[in-house]
Amino acid sequence: MPEALARTVAPLPAREQLETLVADILAEARTQGATAAEAAVSFGGALAVTVRLGEVETLEHHRQRGLGVTVYLGQSRGSASTADWRPEAIRDTVQSACAIARHTAADPYAGLADPKRLAREAPELDLYHPWALSAEDAIALARDCEGAALAHDARIRNSEGAGVTTHAGLVIYGNSDGFYGGYPTTRHSLSCSVIAQDESGMQRDHWYTLARDRESLETPSAVGQRAARRALRQLGGRQLATRQTPVLFAPELARGLIGHFTAAIRGGALYRKASFLLGRLGTAVFPAFVTLREQPHLPKGLASAPFDNEGVATVDRDLVSDGVLQGYVLDSYSARRLGMETTGNAGGIHNLIVEPGPLDHEALLRLMGTGLWVTRLLGQGANLITGDYSRGAAGFWVENGEIAYPVQQITIAGNLGDIFQHMVAIGNDVDARSGIRCGSLLVERMTVAGE
Amino acid sequence: MTTDSLTLARQRLLVPAGLGEDDLERTLSCLLGHAIDGGDLYFQLRRAESWALEDGQVKQASHAIQHGVGVRAVSGEKTGFAYSDEIVPAALLDAATAARAIARHGGAGGRLQAWRSSGRTALYRPLDPLESLSAEAKIRLLEQVDAEARRQDPRVTQVMVSLAGTQDTILVAGSDGTLAGDVRPLVRLSVTVIAEQGGRREQGSSGGGGRVAYGWFLDGERALHHAREAVRLALVNLEAVPAPAGTMIVVLGPGWPGILLHEAVGHGLEGDFNRKGTSAFSGRIGERVASPLCTVVDDGTLAGRRGSLNIDDEGTPTRCTTLIERGVLKGYLQDKLNARLMKTASTGNGRRESYAHLPLPRMTNTYLLAGAHDPAEIIASVERGLYAVNFGGGQVDITSGKFVFSASEAYLIENGRVTRPVKGATLIGDGPDVLTQVSMVGNDLKLDAGVGTCGKDGQSVPVGVGQPTLKVDALTVGGTQA
Repeated sequence: MPEALARTVAPLPAREQLETLVADILAEARTQGATAAEAAVSFGGALAVTVRLGEVETLEHHRQRGLGVTVYLGQSRGSASTADWRPEAIRDTVQSACAIARHTAADPYAGLADPKRLAREAPELDLYHPWALSAEDAIALARDCEGAALAHDARIRNSEGAGVTTHAGLVIYGNSDGFYGGYPTTRHSLSCSVIAQDESGMQRDHWYTLARDRESLETPSAVGQRAARRALRQLGGRQLATRQTPVLFAPELARGLIGHFTAAIRGGALYRKASFLLGRLGTAVFPAFVTLREQPHLPKGLASAPFDNEGVATVDRDLVSDGVLQGYVLDSYSARRLGMETTGNAGGIHNLIVEPGPLDHEALLRLMGTGLWVTRLLGQGANLITGDYSRGAAGFWVENGEIAYPVQQITIAGNLGDIFQHMVAIGNDVDARSGIRCGSLLVERMTVAGE
Repeated sequence: MTTDSLTLARQRLLVPAGLGEDDLERTLSCLLGHAIDGGDLYFQLRRAESWALEDGQVKQASHAIQHGVGVRAVSGEKTGFAYSDEIVPAALLDAATAARAIARHGGAGGRLQAWRSSGRTALYRPLDPLESLSAEAKIRLLEQVDAEARRQDPRVTQVMVSLAGTQDTILVAGSDGTLAGDVRPLVRLSVTVIAEQGGRREQGSSGGGGRVAYGWFLDGERALHHAREAVRLALVNLEAVPAPAGTMIVVLGPGWPGILLHEAVGHGLEGDFNRKGTSAFSGRIGERVASPLCTVVDDGTLAGRRGSLNIDDEGTPTRCTTLIERGVLKGYLQDKLNARLMKTASTGNGRRESYAHLPLPRMTNTYLLAGAHDPAEIIASVERGLYAVNFGGGQVDITSGKFVFSASEAYLIENGRVTRPVKGATLIGDGPDVLTQVSMVGNDLKLDAGVGTCGKDGQSVPVGVGQPTLKVDALTVGGTQA
């Protein structure tokens, strides 16, 4: 029905309604005997459509609520959550959290964030750009996107479809030290996945664009064509013989390597002594040309936040300068365990900028000379305790700076500590579609296993 | 037994909202009035908890309640979907109105069928794991596991244990007359230890569970076994040398290494990919895709297992589906939508993470049947190769067929003997090819301990895998020793 199809994403509730809920939860916690408490209430709405071979495949309306509380009885804590916002649900949820806290052991490190570190004012980060996208318009965009991929080349014979999603959400966090904060955010995306086929077989690949505001999205045809080119170029992939070789990681995979780095300097991994970067603070973990900067207040940034999940103000800082590890990724709990101070990273890193180098992708291929350009990785295969790294890969064999042929069904392996130490260059081809903004990474040598 | 579950599901999901079967009929009729072929309503109440121990103490635990109703309308290949986390008549109608908008144009529309429920013997009881032990007893269990792990060896420096339980109550009402309910218990215990020796640190993990109550862990020292096993693994890894790199003979141990089947063939045989022709297995029914020694099934009917279900999330009773029989591809895993479009029947593999997700064809417990060989004989037949007995996760590209799975406990085989342990490494192969390389199948079929979770399209569901010892003549091992 036209009246229903015209629906867009579910509207956000009033901010005051969520703040009142947080206040009610904290008051209920006090009533039930909690000595301290923190709570978050969230609402998210989304419209998602997928189109395959020109026809609508799915039309989804998402509307999700959440309510979570952590109570402290002295140094003992308990947590509970529900999607139900009714007063009786709040009472029951607080009761569940208190029941747990009566049984858990006292933990001297548990507790709310230091009140002095709480954000006093929240900078405006320009994270909310709602898109009044109707289902019809979303379907039309997805059709354009997939159509561009299918029209790109006769060898694009099949499709897993194109999709458009627009999401808007609001989270309010509050604690019994009087902190209240929250802000609405949006995320919009357009993606396409197609299959190229020739006598050598089928290859699938995809591309997507993701941004806080619709104006920053790549055009549907650009996304579709890029998905098509990516699938086509993998046709005829073969195995390599087992060897040691330089490896160039494409930007969307390079950020995964940087992700392993940040996971290994998280407080939880450090206080459990479960990190290969234990005790490396103040030492060179990368070559001197590497600088990693956390910038939480980038306007429209995908991981921008004025404060973290505990209300602690976020600040700009270098995680790595000139190759030297400058700080860890800590929340209040892990900081206390380590005898340090929180770095405002409850909930993660807020935009990590890997400082780009001067070279573009082609120049990096020439710098590598002969080696492997990795464009796809399969599996997990990273051990953060030892740094051992082994993953399935596909990409291209490169000779004298030129792409020779596509390769697949190989693995790349090494140790993350060595990989970081032996990085040769960072590209200027930065991929900004994530909280980690990184260009291509060239690594001196890894083991490739194949035939 | 399903009827009992249906009664319980009605009481928990419909009665509190003042909903009766006439409301379900009215909602479904509202869906069907709009050139929709069919639709269903999926009501769910999930209660979950988890308790975590570290530093010898249980300091953290959480409790979560999730409930809502998902409304799906299907028209040809199109699906309209909306859901609400409030189970009230107004929200139900609102979701139905949003979902039915998928079909705007003509067509006769389906007809609402009379309710019918299928009876079958229950594979698990409608238990409530959360209430099956007191909080004190849960904590004691975790502390005992911790003590057992620390008692094994002085090199153990960290022990982390978690205990998680859920009870999922679901009710499915479909326009095809399906009316079914299920109460699904699920528990899981996980132990991770870190051991240290001469400045080197290594980790070992073990865990298990199923559709049972917590008391299951106390039977036959199951929980303590996982403590010992995690320590054993960490200590083995302390001695591990770099893994070899290259293509070689790989002997896979029984049980959890069956993740090979899940990745190499299971996903590629899911109905959606094959209907769309995007799988490396598409259009290959009746062809030889494995050695004649291989018969692979997906069986959702194993009592109490993590991957088992009385009914799938579309209300279809689960069953045992033969995927590969003596090397020949026999069948796909289907949900209702893909079965209808491929003109076949659902195999009871329509699963969804929750009411807020659409059902997809998914695996349950996927395993390869036992063969004739003594495992010792299999190892003795290998001059040089890898013996891989424990794994982490895996992944597959169903279109190219390339798949990986990562070994977390492996040894070299030299001159027919298992020798040194090697570090973890990822193994990569080609799905349609790898089972043709199977030259020996052990007589020691074993299912995993009950920790598997499968991800697809962003949805996680519990699954199981299993296999006997297998000899694969050529698989690429991603170590560092070229």
